Amino acid sequence: MAKNDLQGTLDLLVLKTLAQVRELHGYGIVLHIQRASDELLSVEEGSLYPALHRMEQSDWITSAWALTDTGRKAKFYKLTPAGRRQLAAAEKSFDQLVKGIRAVLRYA
Amino acid sequence: MSLTRRIANLFSRSRVQDDIDAELRSHIDMRTSDNIAKGMSPEAARRDALLRFGNPTAINERTTGADTALTLASIAGDIRFAARQLARSPGFAWTSILTLALGIGACTAIFSAIKPILIDPLPYPQARQLMMLREMGPSGGPRAVNFATFHGLSERTRSFSSLAVMRAWQPAMTSADRPERLEGQRVSADYFRTLGIAPILGRDFTADDDRFQGPNNVILSGTLWRRHFSADPAIVGRQVRLNDTLFTVIGVMPPTFQNMLASSAELWAPLQYNPALPIDGREWGHHLRMIGRLRPGVQNKQAIGELHTILQAFGQQNAAGYNGTGGVPSGMVVDPLQKALTSGVRPALLAILGAVVFVMLIACVNVANLLLARGAQRRAEFALRAALGAARSRVVRQLLTETILLATIGAALGIAVAAAALRALIALSPPGLPQVHAMIIDPAALVFALAVAAIVGIVLGLVPAFQLSREDLNTGMRRASRATAGTRQWARRALVVSEISLAAVLLVGTGLLLRSMQHLFAVDPGFDPTHVLTMQVQTSGRRFDTDAARVRFFADALDRVRQLPGVVSAGFTTQLPLSGDGDVYGMELQGETAVQQTPALRYAVTAGYIETMHIPLVRGRLLNNHDIAGAPPAVLIDQSLADLKFPRQDPIGHLVRVGPDAGNTARPWATVVGVLGDVKQTSLSIGGEQAFYISTAQWVWTDAAQTLVVRTQGEPAALAATVREAIWSVDKDQPIVQVATMDSLVAASEVQRHFVLMLFEAFALAGLLLAAIGIYGVLAGSVNERTREIGVRAALGASRRSILTLIVRQGMTPVALGLLIGLTTAVLASQAIAAFLFNTSRFDFLTYAGVTALLLTVSAAACLLPARRATTINPVDALRAE
Repeated sequence: MAKNDLQGTLDLLVLKTLAQVRELHGYGIVLHIQRASDELLSVEEGSLYPALHRMEQSDWITSAWALTDTGRKAKFYKLTPAGRRQLAAAEKSFDQLVKGIRAVLRYA
Repeated sequence: MSLTRRIANLFSRSRVQDDIDAELRSHIDMRTSDNIAKGMSPEAARRDALLRFGNPTAINERTTGADTALTLASIAGDIRFAARQLARSPGFAWTSILTLALGIGACTAIFSAIKPILIDPLPYPQARQLMMLREMGPSGGPRAVNFATFHGLSERTRSFSSLAVMRAWQPAMTSADRPERLEGQRVSADYFRTLGIAPILGRDFTADDDRFQGPNNVILSGTLWRRHFSADPAIVGRQVRLNDTLFTVIGVMPPTFQNMLASSAELWAPLQYNPALPIDGREWGHHLRMIGRLRPGVQNKQAIGELHTILQAFGQQNAAGYNGTGGVPSGMVVDPLQKALTSGVRPALLAILGAVVFVMLIACVNVANLLLARGAQRRAEFALRAALGAARSRVVRQLLTETILLATIGAALGIAVAAAALRALIALSPPGLPQVHAMIIDPAALVFALAVAAIVGIVLGLVPAFQLSREDLNTGMRRASRATAGTRQWARRALVVSEISLAAVLLVGTGLLLRSMQHLFAVDPGFDPTHVLTMQVQTSGRRFDTDAARVRFFADALDRVRQLPGVVSAGFTTQLPLSGDGDVYGMELQGETAVQQTPALRYAVTAGYIETMHIPLVRGRLLNNHDIAGAPPAVLIDQSLADLKFPRQDPIGHLVRVGPDAGNTARPWATVVGVLGDVKQTSLSIGGEQAFYISTAQWVWTDAAQTLVVRTQGEPAALAATVREAIWSVDKDQPIVQVATMDSLVAASEVQRHFVLMLFEAFALAGLLLAAIGIYGVLAGSVNERTREIGVRAALGASRRSILTLIVRQGMTPVALGLLIGLTTAVLASQAIAAFLFNTSRFDFLTYAGVTALLLTVSAAACLLPARRATTINPVDALRAE
């Protein structure tokens, strides 16, 4: 899959993760995606951060420094109402995409 | 992120970057400690964490890039980097900057000159509502308005909130020892109200001022008030003596008032024409200019329609008055005032703008060529940066920053160039160019220069960027050290093609103008301008109120002048060819209806005028001392009028009535006694103007201002002072103005065309030089790159001659293609200067052939230099150079 399409998918994964866990730092998001996908998806860890900052610029998420369970300082991200709307739209279009691809695969 | 924080980020880039660094570090730390928890050694745990994460520096840069505010800050970094890059190759940098500075400077100067004339609104409130109105004659051509038309329209129109007419007025102020002649205007009562400007002192004219034989009131300009009356605040009510008559000052205009209709006018008096419109009065003379202010919401078309309706009824009621002056108008021509005032210079300015854009384009092509060569040298650098993790978009951004920086420095210098060029332009500009004082480098010009710089920077930046995108960066490093000839050749040829074609268009334009000028000055003006001195003599003051007094003064003055040593002959005329005069009256041929009457130029002349001017007599006789008041009136007509009215017959002996007499059955007929050759009155380029000549003594009135022409034995200008003193010896109070030789008037009549030509010559020369440098640069560059190839060819036995042929052929092929494109474009583009061409076809063969020859010669020379160097390359050195 081309890079640009993957970026949209990454946004969707991040937004969904934050919708489920409410508040999480970048490393936590990586772990969550890996766990939730039964180790099928692994995010290239570095490329997560430009995506997070871009989404923050778009006002989909907000961030704040806080302490982790282990007492380490980390930047935590949280969904905004705009982010929730974006998630709904992205989920819908992803469903369409999957349906479409399924239909094509089944056709043979 | 809030806006304030984003802006704050701009000033604390390091803090934000630290923040991102901390975030990335905390990620790597968390991964490392998880790895240790899984049982890895600390070193292995950290390596794994870094491996999974990727290059932290690159990630940080990409993350900051995601932050809009930080993009701005990183641009500052880019600019610093670009400046260092440019400083490293000063030769390239300065050549590009100076080329761009010249291009941008020339463009900005022309823009600054054009802006106040064509772009800025006139300096009046709601200037869009202001219109210039002219009468449309029965045959359709526009002509000046007469008072009757103004009177008829202003009483009836509903589309205009006000109308005003004006004429020039040059009163002599006789308070000083020598009479000082002032420039002024006679205006109708609503003149200033129509423009929307009120006096700062005193009051405006009212209908009571502007009535027939009304009071002598005058309004002064701010400058005259300061110059002559030391800005006396109590000036209103004081009296000044103008033309021997006392005028009361009733107001002073603000110093900021710009009179676009007569920029040198310094005082105004009411017109005071007779609204009873006496049939033989000046009220019917077409010598007024009319302006009007449209009511809000009224369209031009509606107004024209309304005026047409009014004129049809009004013209019928007043047919008798119109018939003596060229017939009832068929309608009015209504143009926006700004357009009407600039229509004379607009085509010239637009053509000049076009020419300077071509120079700018050639300058850009030259810089593009330099960038291309530099891009080739820097391929290894880009490849290295890509290998170190720079995204391609990041490299392109860096390249754009560099070219925009070049263009911006170019623009900064260009503004200095523009300021100097603008001064030169103003110094050389033809008189009559409007708004010269407003031609300054203002903020709009700065914005213009920077906008041009931005566009140029982006377009030029795309050249190396495009070059970059055409090849794989990773192979760039490997290939960088090898001299390859093929890939860039197409781009360079394209540059040569565009350079040659741009220069060809410029040169063809210049060539056509040069040929026009050559043709124009070969035109016979219809008289002999050499050894002729001219000056306008005016009668002013109460003692000249009667025609008889004026006749006596002009006759005495003529006698004195004729007796001067060095004077061959002399005469007076009411209008002088090529001096800007244009006095048109009607002529009625016996048996003709009013509609058929022909408007023609009127020359009321004394005996001696035609002889002095050497105007050839085609048939019949000249006017002489027997054509005096009371004698049977005699009229001369010119060849054009004879051809029009008396085709294939002898006009001599036919009966006509001219001027106010036309159509007036109470007046006697005049006889056509001779036919003269055509004289160029308006311009050398306008022929076939109909004209008639009549003795001053037989014209209905005696003009108060007449032009003296003197044929001299020696240099005419040397006699000017003597002639003036001779006239003053008759009456020392009479103003004498517009002293000039006829030769200089002929030259001045074409001054605008000459100005356009001069600018075109300058631009064409600049374009040709730039193009020659460009072609040389391209070929020299390509020969340098092919040193090795040429060495191999030489080593394999290619003769000197064949190498020379190869280089020249490869150089000249794009030149030929460029010429083809350029000449084709020129055929189309020459439309833009068609208005300035005279007796010269847009497709003038000689011009096109000359440009082809010139460009081929220059290109061949530019080719030959590097080609000769190529043949001297020692094959051994060339191969060892690798």
